[in-house]
Amino acid sequence: MVQKYNNKISRPDEKDGNKVQPEAVRILTDPDSWRTGTGSGSGHNNAPDPHSTDGLCLTDGNRVAVVGGGPAGTLFSRFLMRTLRRIGTHIELDIFEPRNFNYCGPAGCNHCGGVVSESLVQLLAADGIILPDETVQRGIDSYVMHMDVGSVRIDTPLQEKRIAAVYRGHGPKKSEQSHITGFDHYLLREAVRAGAHHRPHMVTSVDFDSGHPQIKLADGRKESYDLVVVASGLNSALLGLVEQTGRGFSRPQMAKSFVAEFKLGAAAVERHLGSSMNVFLLDLPHLQFAALIPKGDYVTLVMLGDKVDEGLVNAFLNAEEVRRCFPDNRPPQNICQCLPRLNVTHARKPYADRVVFIGDSGVARLYKDGIGSAYRTAKAAANCVALYGYSERNFKEHYWPACRKIVFDNMIGKCVFGVCHLIQRLTFARRGVLRMTEQEQYGAGVAPRMSSVLWDVFTGSAPYREVLLRTLHPVFISRLLWNLAAANLRLPSARKRGVTAS
Amino acid sequence: MNEELGRVYQDGEIIITEGEVGDCMYIIQQGTADVIRMEEGRPTVVDTMEAGELFGEMAIVENTVRSSTVKARGTVRAITIDRKTFMRRIQEDPSLAMSVLEVLCHRVRNLDGNIAHLKQQLESQRGGGV
Repeated sequence: MVQKYNNKISRPDEKDGNKVQPEAVRILTDPDSWRTGTGSGSGHNNAPDPHSTDGLCLTDGNRVAVVGGGPAGTLFSRFLMRTLRRIGTHIELDIFEPRNFNYCGPAGCNHCGGVVSESLVQLLAADGIILPDETVQRGIDSYVMHMDVGSVRIDTPLQEKRIAAVYRGHGPKKSEQSHITGFDHYLLREAVRAGAHHRPHMVTSVDFDSGHPQIKLADGRKESYDLVVVASGLNSALLGLVEQTGRGFSRPQMAKSFVAEFKLGAAAVERHLGSSMNVFLLDLPHLQFAALIPKGDYVTLVMLGDKVDEGLVNAFLNAEEVRRCFPDNRPPQNICQCLPRLNVTHARKPYADRVVFIGDSGVARLYKDGIGSAYRTAKAAANCVALYGYSERNFKEHYWPACRKIVFDNMIGKCVFGVCHLIQRLTFARRGVLRMTEQEQYGAGVAPRMSSVLWDVFTGSAPYREVLLRTLHPVFISRLLWNLAAANLRLPSARKRGVTAS
Repeated sequence: MNEELGRVYQDGEIIITEGEVGDCMYIIQQGTADVIRMEEGRPTVVDTMEAGELFGEMAIVENTVRSSTVKARGTVRAITIDRKTFMRRIQEDPSLAMSVLEVLCHRVRNLDGNIAHLKQQLESQRGGGV
């Protein structure tokens, strides 16, 4: 059913046939020398700033390198350039991104399901980043939750499409969609508009020269900067090399996910999925979460779990609840697939003097809203660098708190997903959840307590802490208990009684 | 238009109404909308907004009623930003307020220009009448 997925994720260092030399990396070996360094190639105009405790504060002519042109790198660049413009500081900022986001398939893609959450769409808009129509492949206004005991649709209360399904690159392999602009391409364009320079080169290592970070490019050139921002995601060899230096940074632990694209045609997508994301709570071992996301002519499948392999993908695609979402109850052969990694823990100490790790390279939200984590860490790092400085102490005081908030929320997220996993396992629990959601969606005047919990778990719109607190509300608990009893005693729900929401 | 983000308002449809309590602000994704105020019982178009422009922010910032009515001119698509999401995020990241401040500054500049223009007109009318 599913293709044997042997397409390796192309790593930047492998793509150009250049093997990264570990000996080239000596990051963080001499932090004291970085503070006092006067290396070449940068502005070196580090006049002590009254707000920077360590004298490392951006001034006119300084140079910043951002390694990675995904959402974290481009959003950081845009935020930093805009804030510095307001302050009246002029710097040089280079984004190193060798990938051409105008290529279809894995070559132009940053390997992700491509969902911009409800809260992130709003925050981007408030920040002046209004996603253009050619980037949004489908506005999502509802979720359909599928379980073996039944399915239920959860609508957004405002009849508004506030979740964006996007392509990270230029669409699936051989899709040849000339009219689209990938999400990453759009953000890179915005960063360049804000004054950043895009340099389509691969960075193979980060070293230090007279105290200043120095990056080495695939063609052997070396360039010095005042600050290096690592936003290379998880699929970069750079993180492993930095880790080996033994200076405190250790990269996040990762799990594999599975992303595949199915071509159905726009009419079939509209008929079978419409503007709903379809999520599945199925009792399959090792499966944490799976979703089908409609996008133009295509449907994207995302599977997350602790051990996603071919057997699990096949079992999932053969499940009746999944087959029903495709024409003729049969998923077609996928045309594009990858096994991207996702964070399951955070990086240890993702900062040092003149170096900071953002997005997936540093801290990301557990299972959900990776682009939202990129936004949060990018903004916190940009504000820290622009307003306070870029010493280790500055990052610890003004960047790490934003990361710590995500880390703490992820701990609660583990409990939330533990409960979800339990529901996946227990048929009587699934019946209760389904009934309670149906009561809320189809019954008149019932407060959407379960619906809002499920909505926020699926969309990643609210912090896990908030989701957990809502489930601890006495009314939620009593209503869940009642629905568990009623569902297992087979009492008809509002939907089955034919009641419609007012 | 039904695949895109936001909600679609048809020509003439009221998006927000003067005097109503508001809990969100709007960003126009596509189309044009008129800003209308009731003056001496008569509706007066005081501004026209286009794609990318933000409105309804005053009710969020001040927690008061809408100061104007906004009506779709042709088909309009807009997305909303909840007060709760916005205020919570500003609490964590005050720099988010800068974008709204920029909009407000821009609006004040325009209003200053309009007032100066109207004063000039008024004075020239008075001068002509003497």
